[in-house]
Amino acid sequence: MSAPPTLAVWKFASCDGCQLTLLDCEDELLQIAGAVRIAHFLEASRAVVEGPYDVSLVEGSITTAADADRIRRVRDRSRILVTIGACATAGGVQALRNFADVEEFRSVVYAKPEYVATLADSTPIAAHVPVDYELRGCPIDRTQLVNTLAALLAGRRPDLPMHSVCFECKRRGTPCVMVAKGIPCLGPVTAAGCGALCPAYGRGCYGCFGPAATVNADALTAQFRVLGMDQAEIERIFATFNVAAFKAATTPGAPEEHAAPAFLGMPQVRRAE
Amino acid sequence: MPVLLTSLDPLVAALRADGYRVVGPTVRDGAIVLAELDRADMLPYGWGVRLGPGGYRLRERDDRAAFANSAGPQSWKQFLHPPRQQLWSAERDSDGGFTVAEPADEPPRYAFLGVRPCDLRAISVLDHVLGAGADNRYARRREGIFIVVANCTEPGETCFCVSAGGGPGVGPGHDGAGYDLALTELADDDGVRYVVDAGSEDGWRLLDRLPYEAAEPPTTARARDAVARAADRMGRTLPAADLRALLAGTLEAARWDDVAARCLSCGNCTMVCPTCFCTSVEDTTDLTGDHAERWLRWESCFDLDFSYLHGGPVRSSRRSRYRQWLTHKLGTWHDQFGESGCVGCGRCIVWCPVGIDITEETHALAAEYEASTDDRGGGAQR
Repeated sequence: MSAPPTLAVWKFASCDGCQLTLLDCEDELLQIAGAVRIAHFLEASRAVVEGPYDVSLVEGSITTAADADRIRRVRDRSRILVTIGACATAGGVQALRNFADVEEFRSVVYAKPEYVATLADSTPIAAHVPVDYELRGCPIDRTQLVNTLAALLAGRRPDLPMHSVCFECKRRGTPCVMVAKGIPCLGPVTAAGCGALCPAYGRGCYGCFGPAATVNADALTAQFRVLGMDQAEIERIFATFNVAAFKAATTPGAPEEHAAPAFLGMPQVRRAE
Repeated sequence: MPVLLTSLDPLVAALRADGYRVVGPTVRDGAIVLAELDRADMLPYGWGVRLGPGGYRLRERDDRAAFANSAGPQSWKQFLHPPRQQLWSAERDSDGGFTVAEPADEPPRYAFLGVRPCDLRAISVLDHVLGAGADNRYARRREGIFIVVANCTEPGETCFCVSAGGGPGVGPGHDGAGYDLALTELADDDGVRYVVDAGSEDGWRLLDRLPYEAAEPPTTARARDAVARAADRMGRTLPAADLRALLAGTLEAARWDDVAARCLSCGNCTMVCPTCFCTSVEDTTDLTGDHAERWLRWESCFDLDFSYLHGGPVRSSRRSRYRQWLTHKLGTWHDQFGESGCVGCGRCIVWCPVGIDITEETHALAAEYEASTDDRGGGAQR
């Protein structure tokens, strides 16, 4: 019998919450440990196996020159690279710096700013190396993670739909919070995958899975104004975990279908190079 | 002859005693949803709705009527054509092969309580599309459903069943069948009462077990009149034109660009539509690779992946996707199934987050079509 595939988990600029989702797979964790050899996962174990790795899960964004080098080495040693979470797929909430002066932040936040080496922008992994699949979310969805690992183990393409959260609200029978309660909701422009969690608890989607395959932000913001939001509130609702991705998708002149379509049997996202 | 019921408790109790799972309207999450009812008092007594494009609000009524409101966020499609259903599962055998099995569970035996005449038509449309009477999953779910219609006496602001070729009532003097009982609700100072017509032998048999009274002619006349008047109070209309010709003749209309600028392509209209039936499949495997499943799930022509063929999606613009939906719903559905795909329930208007109105869009297309045919001097296609 051949050796089990190796799984590595890597952290870049992030809060660790997405990695913890893997440890949080209580019912499946033993099965995962039985199906793969966890070769590099510092959050769980200091035991490290040298690469190459069959699958790498990459959390976090690139915010330093050192990390920009490190992700290339991770890519070189990984057969399949899957980015996990809003930091890795969109730059995360720390990409708010992309639209401000990072020098100002550094001088105000740190007592010894000269010790802090950082890049002006927080960028997603796909801006640096080719990425095979993206798991969106802040944090990622546990079921999507397990299903993706199961798909990769079986050698089939993971089911990662890029349609709107509205599909999932309707499938689970949640009445639209925007229509029935007037609550602003990013669901119509946000990628599915969470199971439409927030609207099921009576609140609007805040877009933690990032832009859906198609985004018509002008039409949605026009409706937000009808619901009573002012310009500052509208800018703010888009400026959270996926600020850079929503900015790119909502910039005037952005292509109508901003995300690459999924290629059957082919890696889903390979933006760099 | 119609009879009079002064309460729906015995009806719900009798259906449950017969082993039906009774599904009907009830208030949840700020809307009148469809859910399994244990008792008749779960019906939305005293609740009305205010409807508009992209807006739905419950409102308290002065009376205790349960059915003086209109289509909610869900339709009976939820139960006849569930959002997600397993097609088969497979287990790896010891010899390395697979054993594939269809789910063995029997579909639930439903009684639908409070089916609006527009939704009764929608069920009939689904029957034609998904194959009632055939040997398939839909037919097994559909067979033996007990249908209690609630005639409409208070159409909503977004209702247009009459111009979609239907009407607010079933029963004597109306076309169609396909139901077991039909209720017309009368709510006034005397309380809430129901004039009941039977539409099938099963309906009669059930009715015989209920404590009904004779419906006095003036009461019956009031009920008939309330339904007749509802037909004149529709909030909206579709153009009176031949819609199949209209949609076929406006494929390059400027209006498609206009609506594409407003459309989110979020898919809500198709999900709430009681006749939209499209699905895709998803495969799952477990971590051991010994167990696999294939599931059917609701899909929408507004999904970019929906028209994905080798190399990319065929309908890559919002314009093309909205046009696909509307031309199919009102036009090419005729070619495919011999009828319209729209029953005039108005759900797509209400539950569009940005309030795109199918009747307004169709009127705009009709105006553009009329102008273009007038320009050609003669309007040959009209």
